[in-house]
Amino acid sequence: MPDLSINFAGIKSPNPFWLASAPPTNSGYQVMKAFDAGWGGAVWKTLGVPVVNVSSRYGGVNYRDKRLIGFNNIELISDRPLADNLREIEEVKKRFPHHAVIASLMVQSRQEWHDIVRDVTNAGADGIELNFGCPHGMCERGMGSAVGQEPEVLRTIVEWVMEVARIPVIVKLTPNISDVTEPARAARAGGADAISLINTIQSIVGVDLDLFAPYPIVDGKGTNGGYCGPAVKPIALNMVKNCAQDPDVRLPISGIGGIENWRDAVEHILLGASSVQVCTAAMHFGFGIIREMTAGLEQYMTEKGFHTIYDFVGKALPNVKHWEDLNLKYKVTASINEDKCIGCQLCYTACEDGAHQAIRLQEGTRTPAIIEENCVGCNLCSLVCPVEQCITMERTDDGTQHRTWKERTAADDIPVTFNDERAGGLHHWVPAPAAALGKERHKTLPGKARALGSPQDAVASKATDVLSAS
Amino acid sequence: MAEFSTPTTEQEFDANFAQIKPLMSNTEALYESSRCLFCFDAPCIKACPSGIDIPQFIRQINTGNPTGAAKTIYEANYFGNACGKVCPTEVLCEGACVYNLNEQKPIEIGRLQSHATRKVIDSGHKLFGPGPANGRKVAVIGAGPAGISAACELRALGYEVDVFEARAQPSGLTLYGVAPYKITNAETLAEMDYLEQQFGYRVRYNQRISRREELQALEDTYDAIFLGIGLGATNALLLPGEERQNCVGAVEFIEQLRIGHQQVQVGKKVVVLGGGNTAMDAASESARMGAQDVVLAYRRGKDEMGAYEFEYDLAKAVGVKGLFNVAPVEIVGNGKVEGVRFIRTATVDGQVQAVPGSEFVEPCDMVIKATGQAKQTGFLHLIPGLQLDGKGRIVADARTGQTSNPKYFASGDALNGGAEVVNAAAEAKQTARGIHAFLSGN
Ligand SMILES: Cc1cc2nc3c(=O)[nH]c(=O)nc-3n(C[C@H](O)[C@H](O)[C@H](O)COP(=O)(O)OP(=O)(O)OC[C@H]3O[C@@H](n4cnc5c(N)ncnc54)[C@H](O)[C@@H]3O)c2cc1C
Ligand SMILES: Cc1cc2nc3c(=O)[nH]c(=O)nc-3n(C[C@H](O)[C@H](O)[C@H](O)COP(=O)(O)O)c2cc1C
Ligand code: SF4
Ligand code: SF4
Ligand code: SF4
Repeated sequence: MPDLSINFAGIKSPNPFWLASAPPTNSGYQVMKAFDAGWGGAVWKTLGVPVVNVSSRYGGVNYRDKRLIGFNNIELISDRPLADNLREIEEVKKRFPHHAVIASLMVQSRQEWHDIVRDVTNAGADGIELNFGCPHGMCERGMGSAVGQEPEVLRTIVEWVMEVARIPVIVKLTPNISDVTEPARAARAGGADAISLINTIQSIVGVDLDLFAPYPIVDGKGTNGGYCGPAVKPIALNMVKNCAQDPDVRLPISGIGGIENWRDAVEHILLGASSVQVCTAAMHFGFGIIREMTAGLEQYMTEKGFHTIYDFVGKALPNVKHWEDLNLKYKVTASINEDKCIGCQLCYTACEDGAHQAIRLQEGTRTPAIIEENCVGCNLCSLVCPVEQCITMERTDDGTQHRTWKERTAADDIPVTFNDERAGGLHHWVPAPAAALGKERHKTLPGKARALGSPQDAVASKATDVLSAS
Repeated sequence: MAEFSTPTTEQEFDANFAQIKPLMSNTEALYESSRCLFCFDAPCIKACPSGIDIPQFIRQINTGNPTGAAKTIYEANYFGNACGKVCPTEVLCEGACVYNLNEQKPIEIGRLQSHATRKVIDSGHKLFGPGPANGRKVAVIGAGPAGISAACELRALGYEVDVFEARAQPSGLTLYGVAPYKITNAETLAEMDYLEQQFGYRVRYNQRISRREELQALEDTYDAIFLGIGLGATNALLLPGEERQNCVGAVEFIEQLRIGHQQVQVGKKVVVLGGGNTAMDAASESARMGAQDVVLAYRRGKDEMGAYEFEYDLAKAVGVKGLFNVAPVEIVGNGKVEGVRFIRTATVDGQVQAVPGSEFVEPCDMVIKATGQAKQTGFLHLIPGLQLDGKGRIVADARTGQTSNPKYFASGDALNGGAEVVNAAAEAKQTARGIHAFLSGN
């Protein structure tokens, strides 16, 4: 049985799954329920001077029939009095002494920081998270991401906090910045014990087409919000990786952003996170998802022979390189498994219109064929194919050669002029532009009836080539 | 044991004839439309006789544009709503959907189609209208799928159109023939109203054209005449006892059922003669009307039936029993039907042969003959120069629908010998173009 427990910068937790500071951690009731369900820790909903919220707070991005692949909110920090929160933190810690309770904080003056750090420490919190990330509302008042975007200010505040902190301090970073390692380094310079990222991404999640207002709509108006949920995972993973690889950061990382199942969590961990936080998924599906997350993580660790989380924290980092270090001699080519193909021809259109015209249709079958000489190995067809493992990308170089852009640069073997012979695409076959016209064009247009044209067309013109009409 | 009790009220009738393709809710339509892959050169389109751009309309449903979806459908097929409900989609679009090849459920194209068109019908939103008047007039005989589709297209092309219909209501066999669990009368008529309001053709109901003088008057008044008369009455069996009470033709029985609903009475034990889709329908319908036993008797083996497999499954599911390799020789009884005398058959070299001495009587109190519809040859012979083929079907140019009498054009069952609503609708649209080409000289 693998050991899921962690010691994150001194904060102990029975497993790496924490609830992120957000509505699911708004009260002692919720946090107790979550711990009871199996969560290892909870970052309390950000405390400070309690706020006033608007009604109509969230917006969602749906993809076809999938709800909330992206989520945004215009909520502020906790609107509950500090005293109530402190009392509940104390109660939770009494009942769950071995679970991690981290107090998320956001205030303004040095005095306020000192006061609130002491208060949550006295209430029994295991750690503190400084919310320098909220990208809406709070930043207009000089807090949240307004701090996270100014490394100097961030560092000063961290220093204020460290003056009094007796428990580990995590700095939560905003992704609304071009280089996230800058505030990460500032956090380290200020003496923080760890970082967590990402907070939400400034966003407009959608616009109402009838009311001409952005979602969520508050009495006909809206404002930018903070974006999170499955759609942000790729952004979060990249930022976690950037911090983990930066030699000047070297702090434990709590990975946040788009985590919904054990796989997402493992990805964050492989890129350097040693605890993970979850918000949207818990808001969407409730605390029960933790069972699948721990079970999946355990299964994965067992299969891989990992005994503790630390056996694989950052394990993918050595394989995340700069582009210039990738092997230019490596080559994959698409291969269609005819037995699996259902003939949707999505691969054909994708490659034809969106890639390299390396797939052709065949007489007598709906299964397309790869034109291997044209295939650049971009993966597109294998990504659009709706059948699992039907298009696979097969390695077609012999694996003996290795040459990177860096090496080619050093050897003065790179294209440098506009029509350089050494350009990658020079010898690729590209159809002549005019070949596009008429080429099976009717097939991307509709079937027989439309070939007849609408009645209006028949009245208006005598176009014999109805296919080229419309 | 009968599975259905005899319906006595409209509600009970509706329950026994619950729609097998019920209307999709918005949520269901969203989920189902999300599954469509948007295939290139989509096989479903090719399998649709009217060539509806299926991936396009499904995508339009999915992106919250049901009106656009309905427009895509109606551009190809004026019976878009009815077809979504009554088409044998299993052997058409849905049967061609690529998901079948992955052993996954095909997209429910028919129900999505009815969903989108029903929305626009309910909204009353007009998608089309008559084209600018071109001063020419076309007479349409028959307000079935063929006649109405031709009328719509001709109006769109600017013709004045008068439709002459023998019955009291439009849509032909969609209303008077298709099984009630496929489409309700209200649904059928709502689409007819919707079309008529948009295109403004005139329909003269209860006006059977049956005499040469009437045809002459049409020929004198109209620039072209479209024949959408469908087929005729059930073929006679020419067996002794056929005249006995409760021995009825399937199309006549079904017509009564569609009009009378629970007022129609079926026997306790019904024998249906035939192996085609109409036989399956009549058998299913008898069972749903409360018949305790329904026997489907067919001359050949089960696998040789002309009916679609799913239609037979549908009949079996409501308790219909098959009796194969039997040929009726007499309807027995005393005034009323009391049974059918059959002789067993064997198929030798493709020929059905009676097995001597194997006669037996299957007792029953009702016989439904589903032995095919006769052609309206008597009427068609009134049209000078109109050629029919050996099977009594009108001969016409495949592309234009023009018959051997250049003034007459034809589509639908009368031309194809009996197919589906969708074929009639698609052919008629094309034939209307043929009429237009003929009359406008291009
Ligand atoms: C029992 C049965 C079940 C069916 N089930 C299905 C099904 O589930 N799905 C499906 O797609 N198809 C089904 N069909 C087939 C489908 O109904 C027909 O293919 C379609 O209706 C043909 O259309 P039409 O316009 O050619 O002919 P019809 O629908 O027959 O319409 C012809 C019209 O012309 C009128 N008419 C005829 N002669 C004259 C005249 N001399 N003067 C004036 N009016 C005249 C008739 O009253 C009728 O209204 C079924 C058919 C039957 C018999
Ligand atoms: C409604 C809502 C309120 C949030 N409030 C806070 C907050 O008070 N403090 C904070 O540090 N982060 C807050 N966040 C950000 C989350 O803690 C988390 O960083 C972000 O949602 C990304 O994780 P996810 O993709 O799992 O949702 C909030 C997020 C949401 C959706
Ligand atoms: S995308 Fe996949 S299933 Fe579709 S045609 Fe291409 S190989 Fe076949
Ligand atoms: S990998 Fe890219 S270039 Fe090669 S066939 Fe697929 S889509 Fe075309
Ligand atoms: S074949 Fe099926 S999946 Fe493909 S476009 Fe048609 S309905 Fe959609």
